[in-house]
Amino acid sequence: MPKTVVKVPTPLRAFAGGAAEVALEGATVGAVIRSLAEANPTLQRHLYTPEGRLRNFVTVYLNDQDIRFLEREATPVKDGDVVSIVPAVAGGSPAPPRTELRIVGKGPAKNRETFSRDDLRRYSRHLLLPEVGVAGQRKLREAKVLLVGAGGLGAPAALYLAAAGVGEIGLVDFDAVDLSNLQRQVLYTTQDVGRPKLAAAKARIEALNPGVKVVPHEVRLSSENALEVLKPYDVVVDGTDNFPTRYLVNDAAVLLHKPSVYGSIYRFEGQVSVFDAERGPCYRCIYPEPPPPDLVPSCAEAGVLGVLPGLIGLLQATETVKLILGQGESLVGRLLLYDALALTFRELKVRKNPHCVLCSSHATQKGLIDYPAFCGVPAPGATPLEEKVPHVEPEALRAELDSTEPPFLVDVREPGEWAIAHLPGAHLIPKGELPERVDELTRASKLVLYCRSGVRSAEATRLLLDLGFANVRTLHGGLNAWAERVDPSVPRY
Amino acid sequence: MRPVSLPSSLLAQMRAHARETYPDEACGFLIGVGPDPTEPEARRILSVERAENTFDGERRRRFLIRPEELRDVERRAESTGRPVVGFYHSHPDHPARPSQFDQDHAWPWYTYVVLSVTASASSAVGAFELDADAAVFREVELRVEPESLSAPSVVEG
Repeated sequence: MPKTVVKVPTPLRAFAGGAAEVALEGATVGAVIRSLAEANPTLQRHLYTPEGRLRNFVTVYLNDQDIRFLEREATPVKDGDVVSIVPAVAGGSPAPPRTELRIVGKGPAKNRETFSRDDLRRYSRHLLLPEVGVAGQRKLREAKVLLVGAGGLGAPAALYLAAAGVGEIGLVDFDAVDLSNLQRQVLYTTQDVGRPKLAAAKARIEALNPGVKVVPHEVRLSSENALEVLKPYDVVVDGTDNFPTRYLVNDAAVLLHKPSVYGSIYRFEGQVSVFDAERGPCYRCIYPEPPPPDLVPSCAEAGVLGVLPGLIGLLQATETVKLILGQGESLVGRLLLYDALALTFRELKVRKNPHCVLCSSHATQKGLIDYPAFCGVPAPGATPLEEKVPHVEPEALRAELDSTEPPFLVDVREPGEWAIAHLPGAHLIPKGELPERVDELTRASKLVLYCRSGVRSAEATRLLLDLGFANVRTLHGGLNAWAERVDPSVPRY
Repeated sequence: MRPVSLPSSLLAQMRAHARETYPDEACGFLIGVGPDPTEPEARRILSVERAENTFDGERRRRFLIRPEELRDVERRAESTGRPVVGFYHSHPDHPARPSQFDQDHAWPWYTYVVLSVTASASSAVGAFELDADAAVFREVELRVEPESLSAPSVVEG
């Protein structure tokens, strides 16, 4: 067993018996450091995350080479090698700069209009907050918020935005109230069953706050009307329940330079973020392509915990109010993940995709597209591509990766998605770059491609097979299936 | 928790750095000795060195010193018998107190100096050390010495 010298950084020497250098046995860099950390829980805490991974801000050198450019912790060591541990030093200020919403609204005259005595009473709890005050309440009154969807997410959001005094609330929904809605859509009553949602919503909101102007848009949002519908509003709250509309709303908001407050729910989990293409990613930066339609059942098919959209819708309302007031830290660049069963909140940093077709400087999409086609609503009877190309299940792939001849793993997602999580040992070649980068792949080796849900990697597999690669497979179900069945520590997004 | 002493000229140097990089965060190394033979519990800062803020993102509110830079500065410093004893950074438009982010990324033993700087002035400064058991920052006494008293009593090593 090779013996290496580990240089202990000054701050940790006290926990390594005071030594500046320790001689340790181990076959790899990882093994050596782990045996150092085992000596003391404080060392363990500073070197490793609670999940047992080397902390981001710990850099390890093997004889002056950063192990990230070698084989990371798997880098083998020889007798007499020197392993140095160097902390990266990081820190920062407590809060980010404030972000002011660009209010698109009425002119200065409205600004000077005073509040009635009733309104001063109604909003008194807002007025007492220094961060709101009369000036903030005016901003709310002048704001125009569009809620796409008046269902699970839109219902609680609409109620609280109306209570907060948002001056104009637009609602887009063409459904009628159904009995099964009442398990969560608290805007409606039993008597409303059968009534168009917009009529019921308008009445309910006006009863709560007659000062709010409710603008119904009883239409099915489409590429033909979306830009026109969204245009007059300052903020869009996305409470849709299907992928074509999600992409449509995102694209329209980006094209119109409006922030959209995203929320989504599935069974016991929810997600919230704010997409403002001027300052951060848009929906497409994180999810460049929709999942195959057969993989994502709606709430009607999969069920949803009734209280869940209540929380998520309220988080969306919270972000909307903050955007209007220009207060606090918004969720721009952050994807909040909520697990109702575990009652945990996780946050993923999300970045603008420098090659986003919609919102980057390399944007190619300048208008709205055919969303149902984009989301692959399949022709009746068609087999998904994933099943037509050679594929491998996550469990089988794991076994192969642990074997002595693992396949060459290629991640075909975008850099922003790679940054959220990726499989160890994988190589990132975004699908769009594959044709020009095929030389980085040896035709003889065993290739496995993966993406988030399996659609892109199936297409990329097809592409490589057509180019003459003999041994290429796609990971069936993608990273999501891997996270579900093999390694739950991989975040799903 | 060790009190820290430094000559006022070094504080002036750090403040100048913070003003120059404003509105981005400035960062750098504190080089010194500790313990001082005359005061075993204290740490003396003998020189400061600027570092490059290589944070990939908002440098107004985050800083990152590359490990290679620390490694190189440490080597040079240790060869003169004066190790890197800590780091300084500035908080543009924020108080001279460490943030949660600072705390989450701090290491024990080092002294962390935080300077508050605004567009018109740089004012407050604070020094902190991580309590290794509690993993929280404790403020330590920062003694700024006027120039005439700052002849270093250091043995060149």
